[in-house]
Amino acid sequence: MTIDVDLRERLQERAQFIRIQTVDLINIARNGHYSSTFSAAELFSTLYYHTLNIDPKQPDWPERDRFVLSKGHAMIGVYPVLADLGYFDASELETYTRFGSAFADHADMTRCVGADFSNGSLGHGLSVGVGMALAGRTDALDYRVWVMTGDGELAEGMIWEAAMTARQYKLGNLVWLVDKNQMGLDGYTEDVMNIDPLDEKIASFGFDVRTIDGHDLDEIVTTFDALPPTSGDRPQAIIANTIKGKGVGHMELNPAWHVGGPIEGDAYDALVSEIRGETSTAKDYWPRGKTMRD
Amino acid sequence: MTSDSKPSSSDTRGGQTSDRLVAEAMPSFTAGEILARLGRTDERIVCMTADLKYANRSSDFETEFPHRFFNVGIAEQNMVTVAAGMASCGKLPYIFTFASYLGIMCAEAMRTACAFTNMPVRFVSTHSGMSMGYYGTSHHALEDLGIMRTIANVTVVSAADTVELEAVLKASLTHEGPMYIRLGRGRDPEVYTQPLEDFQIGKAIRVREGRDLTLITAGTELRPALDAAEELVKRGIDTRVVDLHSLVPIDEDEVLAAAGETGAVMTVEEHNVRGGLGSAVAEVLADHRLAVKFKRHGVPNEYVPVGPPTSLYAHYQLDAPGITEVAEAFVNGA
Repeated sequence: MTIDVDLRERLQERAQFIRIQTVDLINIARNGHYSSTFSAAELFSTLYYHTLNIDPKQPDWPERDRFVLSKGHAMIGVYPVLADLGYFDASELETYTRFGSAFADHADMTRCVGADFSNGSLGHGLSVGVGMALAGRTDALDYRVWVMTGDGELAEGMIWEAAMTARQYKLGNLVWLVDKNQMGLDGYTEDVMNIDPLDEKIASFGFDVRTIDGHDLDEIVTTFDALPPTSGDRPQAIIANTIKGKGVGHMELNPAWHVGGPIEGDAYDALVSEIRGETSTAKDYWPRGKTMRD
Repeated sequence: MTSDSKPSSSDTRGGQTSDRLVAEAMPSFTAGEILARLGRTDERIVCMTADLKYANRSSDFETEFPHRFFNVGIAEQNMVTVAAGMASCGKLPYIFTFASYLGIMCAEAMRTACAFTNMPVRFVSTHSGMSMGYYGTSHHALEDLGIMRTIANVTVVSAADTVELEAVLKASLTHEGPMYIRLGRGRDPEVYTQPLEDFQIGKAIRVREGRDLTLITAGTELRPALDAAEELVKRGIDTRVVDLHSLVPIDEDEVLAAAGETGAVMTVEEHNVRGGLGSAVAEVLADHRLAVKFKRHGVPNEYVPVGPPTSLYAHYQLDAPGITEVAEAFVNGA
């Protein structure tokens, strides 16, 4: 399935914006999560600029869709989107991570307007989303709750406790979106703590599961658009196969770029150029079967 | 049935579970029943438990509001975090299970999902202290107050009996942020005979007046402390008793009044003497540079032996005769 050309171009441009702004914010902090954010850029772009039923003028609107970023270390890619949508002034991001800022590496919902929940403790988000979905059901509101987890964090036991709860309470208003970017901090997820076959695991917990290419906007948009109504009785899961570090060759599937330092001057210009698809750098994939402990 | 068990009409409910252990754990008063009453006018209230709805009688709420009751199975951290998500959508979740799980296992989920976010999740922590007796250390919570009172934004309250529990729950409806509500087994003998109309979180209750000694206590130890005070009076020690139900925020004025007006202060708690009520009172005294005669009485920093609750309270001198002896020796300079 293909989508409208203008929509695709718009979402692609916003995904590039997310990656570039991530670099800009890391340059303020002098340190930050590149590759975990880059893998999610198309997913963030589609959610915030196409899918979520939200109103930045009413951040507390009870009927809005919720987005819980369980892999909170990618929040650096969401802050610029929230500013861009008008939740707060983009100039506020100049304080990012500096003393007293509302914007830490991980989100503080009490400070950051537009963040539906705080994050940072991996494994929490699906439970938070289950609570939001239960509240929606209790109040007969038809909002949808989106939870984005990574794949490494699926080793956390609470994820599976939440998955069972979602099925038990027939939470058709819950979408579990996995940014399956293949790597944790110490190497490939399959080498550190294998979670495959993930589709079968999640399906066995009672979710409807779809697997997509998490960088293919046609596939992302058509899959998000085709979700069943929130009144359904089965929780939904979308496994987005992604590449950690996507968009910058030398960062892809390279754990050295899980957290990285500032990139300035000519290197910054080169990076932005590559993010825009104008140039490319050589890939330096981490060897399969190797962990940082080896 | 353990020897401390007071027969009550609710005991028969245990038969429904065909589980002798659950029957023994069954409380004779219930937060679930009170919350069902409050829930008729406050639609924000929802209740949750982790496969212990009969043992903690949150089932009483479920009976009236089945669609506002959620049993997540044996998954306590998930329960806490789901509750935080519900609270972010305007719900007022009361989550029930043993204090050993809510107060210890779930400390991180409380901190990160409920307290940092300042969500109004209420931890209804039953069977605290060593009230589970011979069930053993896994089921005891003698560290929970020490943990909870160091987590910012968390209000920490104990209830001594069903009258005080009702007052706590009513006050909790309008209280900001998360609350840790520490309860005993629910078999605790009554202390208050009239509703506590003036109850305020953070305002201690002077249950008994006295000039020579103040016993500062809360929760399950309030009744034996009052009984001990009566005996102490007979022995010539005029004893004040303060129900310091709120550990956070603590009523500093009442602590300072005890130090200033009675000259000797002894804390009594069903908790490790490190980190709990005694420590909190000691901090107030030290912060105000008061060199009052002071003693912390509770469970030493160790794992308690096997035994029914009554035996354990006797062993640690946390029953009325024990408190009497410890207090008399303390006042007389031992």
